[in-house]
Amino acid sequence: MGIEVNGKTLETDEEGYLTNLNEWVPEVAGIMAKLDDTELNENHWEVINFLREYYEEYQIAPAVRVLTKAIGKKLGKDKGNSKYLYELFPYGPGKQACKYAGLPKPTGCV
Amino acid sequence: MSETKKFLFVNRKAPYGTIYAWESLEVILISAAFEQDVSLVFIDDGVFQIAKGQDTTELGIKNFSPTYNALGDYDVNKIYIEKESLDARGLTVDDLLKLTYEDEDDDWAEKDSIHVVSSAELVDIMDQQDVVLSF
Repeated sequence: MGIEVNGKTLETDEEGYLTNLNEWVPEVAGIMAKLDDTELNENHWEVINFLREYYEEYQIAPAVRVLTKAIGKKLGKDKGNSKYLYELFPYGPGKQACKYAGLPKPTGCV
Repeated sequence: MSETKKFLFVNRKAPYGTIYAWESLEVILISAAFEQDVSLVFIDDGVFQIAKGQDTTELGIKNFSPTYNALGDYDVNKIYIEKESLDARGLTVDDLLKLTYEDEDDDWAEKDSIHVVSSAELVDIMDQQDVVLSF
């Protein structure tokens, strides 16, 4: 499997996550979102960028509980709650946002 | 809410060369994500897992030591290091990563997660657990 980005095919696994993290470019998020019939806005991007920074620092994609708490700390309480995050990413903020961000599925996510 | 158990993960091996350290860390994160009461022990060469300044470029393996810094976010804040193991390797707590957490019940004050304990104290810690897993 793979997705077509800027004329290049990037390999993805059976659940649609990028196989090689280093191949991620911002366009990946938009193309993956389109496959889910989602249009990304700046609120989505806030979470995607946050996840990429988290991965850069800790080398893991955070579990959803940890993500929610960390978002609350960084972006404010009105965003650090599951209702807000699930509205943005109805397939699960951990799974869906990590996928768009080019990260592996969060550790502990089933 | 399902039952919470006290899990202790005993880490005995050097971080690279075998998969034990990374596998242990993954199970720790999963247990914590499922809101279990998780404690960690580092003994023998396991103390090198949380040594500062790890550089794996020559090994061609991912340096996963930054991930230990995330443990505080996962509410894993009981990290015990056996004093005898540090002494035998000429290490002190200053050679280890500074692992901290923010105490929710104390106005989010930053506190140390790392506790250096003697072998005798470890016996008591192990005694208090529901599950002890050795890696």
